Amino acid sequence: MLGVISQVLIAGALIGFLTWIYFNTVENLNQRGIPTGFGFLNQVAPFKVGFSPFLDFELGVSSYWRVFFIGVQNTIFVSILGIIAATILGFLVGIMRLSPNWIVSRTAMVYIEILRNIPLLLQILFWNFAVFLPSLPLPKASMTFLDTIFLNNRGLYIPKIIAENQTSGLIIIAFIVAAIIGTFFLRKWAKQRHDLTGKRFPVYITGFFGIIAAGFIGIVVTGFPLSLELPRLGRFNLAGGIEFPLPLFSLWFALTTYTSAFIAENVRGGIQSVAKGQTEASSALGLKRGHTLNLVVIPQAMRVIIPPTISQYLNLTKNSSLAVAVAFEELFAIWSGISLNQTGQALVIIAMTFLVYQILSIIISGGANYYNKRSQIVGR
Amino acid sequence: MFKTVPGKFNFLPARSAPTANSGIIGWAKTNLFSSPLNVLLTLIGMYLIYKTIPPFISWAIIDASWGYGDRTLCEQANEAAGRSTACWTYVRVRAEQILFGPFYGQNTDEIWRPILVFIVFAAIIAWLLTERTPFKGYVAAFSLIFFPFFAFAFLHGEWLGLKIAPTGQWGGFMLTLVIAVTGIVAALPIGILMALGRQSDLPVFKALSVIFIEFWRGAPLVTVLFMASVIFPLFFPAEVDFDKVARALIAITLFQSAYTAEAIRGALDALPKGQGEAADALGLGYWHKTLFIILPQALKISIPAIVNTFIELFKDTSLVYIIGLLDLLQMSRATANSLEWRGVSDITAFVFAALIFFMFTSAMAAYSRNLERKLDTEHKN
Repeated sequence: MLGVISQVLIAGALIGFLTWIYFNTVENLNQRGIPTGFGFLNQVAPFKVGFSPFLDFELGVSSYWRVFFIGVQNTIFVSILGIIAATILGFLVGIMRLSPNWIVSRTAMVYIEILRNIPLLLQILFWNFAVFLPSLPLPKASMTFLDTIFLNNRGLYIPKIIAENQTSGLIIIAFIVAAIIGTFFLRKWAKQRHDLTGKRFPVYITGFFGIIAAGFIGIVVTGFPLSLELPRLGRFNLAGGIEFPLPLFSLWFALTTYTSAFIAENVRGGIQSVAKGQTEASSALGLKRGHTLNLVVIPQAMRVIIPPTISQYLNLTKNSSLAVAVAFEELFAIWSGISLNQTGQALVIIAMTFLVYQILSIIISGGANYYNKRSQIVGR
Repeated sequence: MFKTVPGKFNFLPARSAPTANSGIIGWAKTNLFSSPLNVLLTLIGMYLIYKTIPPFISWAIIDASWGYGDRTLCEQANEAAGRSTACWTYVRVRAEQILFGPFYGQNTDEIWRPILVFIVFAAIIAWLLTERTPFKGYVAAFSLIFFPFFAFAFLHGEWLGLKIAPTGQWGGFMLTLVIAVTGIVAALPIGILMALGRQSDLPVFKALSVIFIEFWRGAPLVTVLFMASVIFPLFFPAEVDFDKVARALIAITLFQSAYTAEAIRGALDALPKGQGEAADALGLGYWHKTLFIILPQALKISIPAIVNTFIELFKDTSLVYIIGLLDLLQMSRATANSLEWRGVSDITAFVFAALIFFMFTSAMAAYSRNLERKLDTEHKN
């Protein structure tokens, strides 16, 4: 009874508070004369968006909707790049941390401790303004690799792959997708065979090369419809190719190194959590050291490593909003920053920004929950 | 069983271990050169250390400019070394501003105020962290209630008739500490309530707590801070005016309380179920059970997790620059980019700020690890 009364009271107070806030907001907005609504989203955005890997932006034509989606796209883009690199680096450092070699494990420890204990914002600013910007050359004197990849203090330039017509591009993509699906079937078959006969099949290596081969076959079948657009050195800057602006590069570098330190600690904890009896039992069964690691220790360690690592992925995605400090055009910088300044639509813009981050975090933690459910030890 | 005949048989004294397996050589053999791969890794590692550590030491200590003066000292040091070196002169000259912010940087004879507050704060912390000091509970309760007023009275100055330091001119490491400490302390009660609400059987409380926690955890702190600075003023009548520091404090408290709640929830989950059931069996009501049985135990085991969230918060205070506050990081950048020091001090400013952050966070991390180990053994029978 008391529970019901208190719940009704709290709910009532909350509704009252929200109504009060609502009326205050309406009054404040009226006083400032800002009409709030979604109408501005269809207006043409009066500023230039520099970096957009997939969506096109045309100054004077593209609307605020487009700006918003480019922001979302760039946030996801830098997060995925960061997650891939941080995972590889994190596992490497985590394994180094457990190396029997004293120098290697100490080096890994120093790496982890320094990167973990310094604010990410400081690291982003440091890499961008104190390391990359002063030490990389001007565009005129770009560092280059075989005149195809260029690096200078404006960014990194790589060749762009251009499909001559859309159908052949689609055919190539279809080949690659088919190879990926084939790999799944291969894995299923290999598992069945392993259960029946105990013979092992190198699924992942076969799959990896199979996908590359499928892409190549697709190119051959369609008659080499692809061409490369190389970045070329102009008078002041590079033209053509794909440009990764320096802020993106610095942000990616800082996010990767910072997150890798946390992942490395997860990896170390996970491997150490596997009971020593497991290793001893598998060597008693006559498994080689490599097999012991791959088939006994790592599968068990993964169960401990992956959940906190996924929450690091979520942190990395949220931390990508620090791009605003180096002016890389991801969601927060371009939407809550520039677009908000231009339109004054604070309510709508901040609500949309929040919504995107909430959706991203629901997706990522949904992945974590799915994994947890699947990998739970089934008790007997 | 050996049977020795007395007087006829003498055991040889134990020999020391072969030199090749003990002492420094043995250590190096097992830890550095145990296999061809390890020999290679050791050599690579040594080369890397040789390439990084000595240059860093000469940059930071040997060739650096240590004197008190103006930028010419640093320029001379750079010239003498033939490359850029650390400019500690800049840190010495600008230390008051970097540590205490714009107001106290200009009114250096008022600097005793933040220092006094800091000393009292450090004394309270030391008292609470040292084992076997008496009256821990009273000290904690007393300082929780009175220390915020004491700190504000001295830092701001109006209540005591001192020269007023407007919050807009607070900054530097002082501001970092004020925000981080207020955030963690104010977030604790909200976090406890939300964690209890999340475990509650009452649907309204449960739903509200889940929404509250997940809402703040799903968004990056910069967006929360930005929201506090842009949207909060719209929510309240025009007469209610928050200054920037208050906005940052509100945003950080709300944000942090979600993480505190999750840390406490973890502890509530970890608590053996029998504790609550035993309390029920004794006929205790919900509040008696929670206040006297569950929370005292849960809070104790949640301390390491709360300290870990505090470490994250401490680092995240650097984000308050987004609403225009000058914390330690921004203060050192701003002074390094001033006309007087531009060009000689930028890396030094980063290194100095990083050093301060590093000292505090790694000390807290070490404390948390230590505590975790202690609590761990206490709970194993």
